[in-house]
Amino acid sequence: LPFVLAVLIGVLYGSGVFLMLRRSIFKLVIGLILLGHGTNLLLFTGSGLTASLPPFLHGDQGDSTLLADPLPQALILTAIVIGLGMTAFALVLICQLYAQTAVRDFDELSENKS
Amino acid sequence: MMLVLPLLIPLFSIIVLIPLLGFTKFQKWFSLAAVGVLTAVSVLLLINVHNNGVAVLQLGSWKAPFGITLAADMLAAILLTATSCTALAAMIYSIGFIDEKRVKAGYYPLVFGMLMGVDGAFLTGDLFNLYVWYEVMLTSSFVLMVLGATSEQLKGGVKYLAMNFVASIFFVSAIGILYGMIGSLNMADIAVRIRESEGALTLNGVFMLFLIAFSIKAALFPFFFWLPASYHTPPIVITALFSGTLTKVAIYTLFRFYGLFISRDPSFWEPFFLLIAGITMTVGVLMAASQNDIRKILSFHIISQIGYMVMGLAIFTVGSLAGAIFFTVHNILAKSCLFLSGGLVKQRSGSFELGRLGGLYRKSPYLGILFFIPAISLIGIPPTSGFFGKFFLIQSGIVTGHYIISAFAVLVGLLTMFSMIKIWNEAFWKEEPEEHQPAGKMDPAAIAATSLLMALVVLMGVFAGPISALCLEAGRQIVQPEAYINAVLFNH
Repeated sequence: LPFVLAVLIGVLYGSGVFLMLRRSIFKLVIGLILLGHGTNLLLFTGSGLTASLPPFLHGDQGDSTLLADPLPQALILTAIVIGLGMTAFALVLICQLYAQTAVRDFDELSENKS
Repeated sequence: MMLVLPLLIPLFSIIVLIPLLGFTKFQKWFSLAAVGVLTAVSVLLLINVHNNGVAVLQLGSWKAPFGITLAADMLAAILLTATSCTALAAMIYSIGFIDEKRVKAGYYPLVFGMLMGVDGAFLTGDLFNLYVWYEVMLTSSFVLMVLGATSEQLKGGVKYLAMNFVASIFFVSAIGILYGMIGSLNMADIAVRIRESEGALTLNGVFMLFLIAFSIKAALFPFFFWLPASYHTPPIVITALFSGTLTKVAIYTLFRFYGLFISRDPSFWEPFFLLIAGITMTVGVLMAASQNDIRKILSFHIISQIGYMVMGLAIFTVGSLAGAIFFTVHNILAKSCLFLSGGLVKQRSGSFELGRLGGLYRKSPYLGILFFIPAISLIGIPPTSGFFGKFFLIQSGIVTGHYIISAFAVLVGLLTMFSMIKIWNEAFWKEEPEEHQPAGKMDPAAIAATSLLMALVVLMGVFAGPISALCLEAGRQIVQPEAYINAVLFNH
């Protein structure tokens, strides 16, 4: 599982960066979303990955060191919420930008032309 | 208890202000009063920390490495006071300056959101909590940046948003990896564990990720391009507020990180930081020289002066850190003051473009003074605050044998003078051009706000002795973080 996740994180980061380098502003936002999700998965792997263990321990039975650390999962929740808010704002921003100036790509953003 | 007040006052103000967005007058006066209280609280906090040492509050009484800790050492308290003073001036300036449409769109609650994020970032002792405060600050600043939605603002806003989003991603990734390696989020606890652990090389990799995140947010070379591309777009009072708070929070975090974590491996980091500091200050000032818009010149100078702060950090002696802190406080006040008087220039003669300005000194000598005093302070001419900041920095540079960076610091000071003289000559001394904008009146509240900041700049120069004593104390706490660590971890 760690290997699969590592590849997945790499793919998300790679395609995020690729999209950010395109000219279209909309693709930039999609790229940012992908980067954000890649980061969330990165935090997730940081908690230690354990499969098929019961989430609760009875008294002294079971070894608590085998379980995943729950803290990063709480951090991911926070990061997801913040990322959602940021994405919503970014989408509204580029919609407004297009509505007002009809700018869709970065070449038109540079100030020398306006 | 006092440690929560800088967070609770803005939060309470947001709660009061949002349902009453329609009452423009109430919004203005309430905000002014609230920021006044905030300033008073931060001064009291500074006195308290000075008398009793590092102040610590364990939120919810969770013991230190497990819960979220608020802690204020001298560095945090000094910067908290300086940013509150800037915010106070910005609130006075806003009284007549911010139009009703922007007030109804939530200008004041957003400012408080930003201030809450700034104060939280100064006071928190927890790494992830620091990230959350950064986001509180940034989200509010995103909206402030585009508030009013002129097309210029929207264009600047996209660049600002994209760069800061990427910086946040670097920041969270670094937190995740560091937690995976160290297993703690409490900054003092991490510092203790790092000192016990081996493996400097892998840790340096993580801190490089942190450094990239904060370099973007502080506009260090080579990540500074977003700042001059966006800072000149919103109304000038928002720019002044941003220049006094946002990049300085990133600088504060660099100070904190350097003292607690990075300083244990100086042979790797010192040349690196010195290089970045030198390039940042030089590139910023050179790019400023080629600009013709007052706001853009000042924006590039922000970058240049960030370089000075990092220089003091890289040398890392008590003296150089004290110099850097003194310089940061001076810069928060003087830079915001310059932006605000730039706004007055625009009110008086309708433009920020140097080519269209002229004859302002004859028209209003007082405006000339309002620009001249912070400008000579920025250059670093004796009785003003900027002189002492640069003096402490360059002196400690020479004492510790960092001759090249000290020479650059002096040279950049000269080039700063070039830019300031350029604004002075073009806007104030030259004859008014034939084709000029209709003259306007300056708003009395705006003049009062700028005068307040100017008075603080002068007072900081006059009382440089006691203030630098406070900065030395802060520098000592950074070089020897044991006081901070012990206060956070062991004094419950």
